[in-house]
Amino acid sequence: MLSVSDLHVSYGAISALAGISFEIAQGAIVTLIGGNGAGKTTALRTISGLLRARRGRIAFLGEDITALPAHKIVARGLCHVPEGRMIFSNLTVDENLAMGAYLLHDRALIAQNRDYVFGVFPRLKERLKQMAGTLSGGEQQMLAIGRALMGNPRFLMLDEPSLGIAPRLIGTIFEKIVEINRDRGITILLVEQNANLALEISRYAYVLETGRVALQGESAQLRTEPLLKATYLGG
Amino acid sequence: MPRPHLALLIALLTAFAISQFSDHFNPYYLDVLAGIGINVILAVSLNLVNGYTGQFSLGHAGFMSVGAYLSAAVTLFFAPRLFGSDGGTAVQQGVLFLAALLVGGLCAAVAGLVVGVPSLRLKGDYLALVTLGFGEIIRVTFQNVEKLGGALGLNAIPPYTTLFWVLAFAAVTIFIITCLVNSTYGRGFIATHDDEIAAEAVGLNTTRYKIVAFVVGAFFAGIAGGLYAHFKTTITPGGFDFTKSIEIVVMVILGGMGNTLGVILAAVLLTLLPEVLRPVAEYRMILYSFLLIVLMIARPQGLFAFKLPKARST
Repeated sequence: MLSVSDLHVSYGAISALAGISFEIAQGAIVTLIGGNGAGKTTALRTISGLLRARRGRIAFLGEDITALPAHKIVARGLCHVPEGRMIFSNLTVDENLAMGAYLLHDRALIAQNRDYVFGVFPRLKERLKQMAGTLSGGEQQMLAIGRALMGNPRFLMLDEPSLGIAPRLIGTIFEKIVEINRDRGITILLVEQNANLALEISRYAYVLETGRVALQGESAQLRTEPLLKATYLGG
Repeated sequence: MPRPHLALLIALLTAFAISQFSDHFNPYYLDVLAGIGINVILAVSLNLVNGYTGQFSLGHAGFMSVGAYLSAAVTLFFAPRLFGSDGGTAVQQGVLFLAALLVGGLCAAVAGLVVGVPSLRLKGDYLALVTLGFGEIIRVTFQNVEKLGGALGLNAIPPYTTLFWVLAFAAVTIFIITCLVNSTYGRGFIATHDDEIAAEAVGLNTTRYKIVAFVVGAFFAGIAGGLYAHFKTTITPGGFDFTKSIEIVVMVILGGMGNTLGVILAAVLLTLLPEVLRPVAEYRMILYSFLLIVLMIARPQGLFAFKLPKARST
């Protein structure tokens, strides 16, 4: 579904990605794990068109999207949930969800998507008229994912959904990610620092280290990999 | 009839009713009232750019001067040719004036587009500096165009601006900006302000939104400039320097960025304040600045940023 080959990205003179390649099959949950500065967020931002690649190629559904602007990439069904719960804090929950369906014009489809989002995150329905900036961290993350679902994506990229969320809620959010993947058949690329959780719900994983793919494999296998255990999984 | 449209109709009728009595007004009050109306147009339109869309522009006076000069040029050129020495009927004058204002507004919008396309790639302080620079370029250009009076400016502009025109255009500006921001399309301005990355991620073309905000803002600044020119009947480049831009920015900040009602009240207050302070003569500007500092410390979120029932407070 998504194929990234030899991707180089740099911020000025500093290289963030030094030639990473990976493949994501339709319907899978794939995770990118790695420490701070490994290039995970850079990879997602480049795929979604927020950053420009210096070299390399990104293909989505067989078509080259490397040079497309962000809003045209979203229109193809590739949606990015940015890191740090970037919701529109001066809009209500309802308006945030409406913005998620910005590119859709079919009212019936929008209503159907809303119902689905409320099914997954009933909490959002209770907070509909509330300013999004006043939600708790977990609720904001739910809203960010819900907003992405409003746009009917085929491919969802989640950047650190567990960041800064009450531990009790992290489990819920991850269950929902699995549910979304299973029920709607949405392919998911998950970026996480919480490697244990990410490996638990994903099928395949890539480990990034200073801008390169250091390790890759079936998630179930990687969990027992001694090197990975020592570095990311806490022994 | 939907509520905002009804409000606009009432505002226009009120403007018309008030203007019927304008002959009985003390000319000084008339002057202050027209100044308030023009400042409301300037502040509410800048609020779309600085407040709702979050793009800090310091060049609003530049766009105002484009509107002032070009609309004045239109009336100065056509009024004697069309109406001869008797000055034409009120209806003829009104039509010419309206056309001149639209020409001024559209030219200011074009100037907004020309300035906006290259500068809106920048953010924050950089954007503020670039717009400040462009505002000055526009002013200096007028200063050096001899056809438009050069440094002496334009004189003997026909006094077409009546209280009705000012109040009506203030109402129309408030109406259009409010409807724009509360529309589905307009939420994009607030989304662009709140989080540009998230806005891009849901598929908004944030650059286009910023440019639209800039162009619409510049259009109304141009209209305000046209009203100003035909009210004062004389304009000089010096009247549109960056202190004027800053004055408008202060109204927006004091009113609460992105709070239309607050910005209107701040425009009224900041136009009245220097007038009220006239008795203290030479200490006027000191006191004015001092009050601004006190207000900013006491109400950093904006003077009127209180919660209104059913209204957006940000």
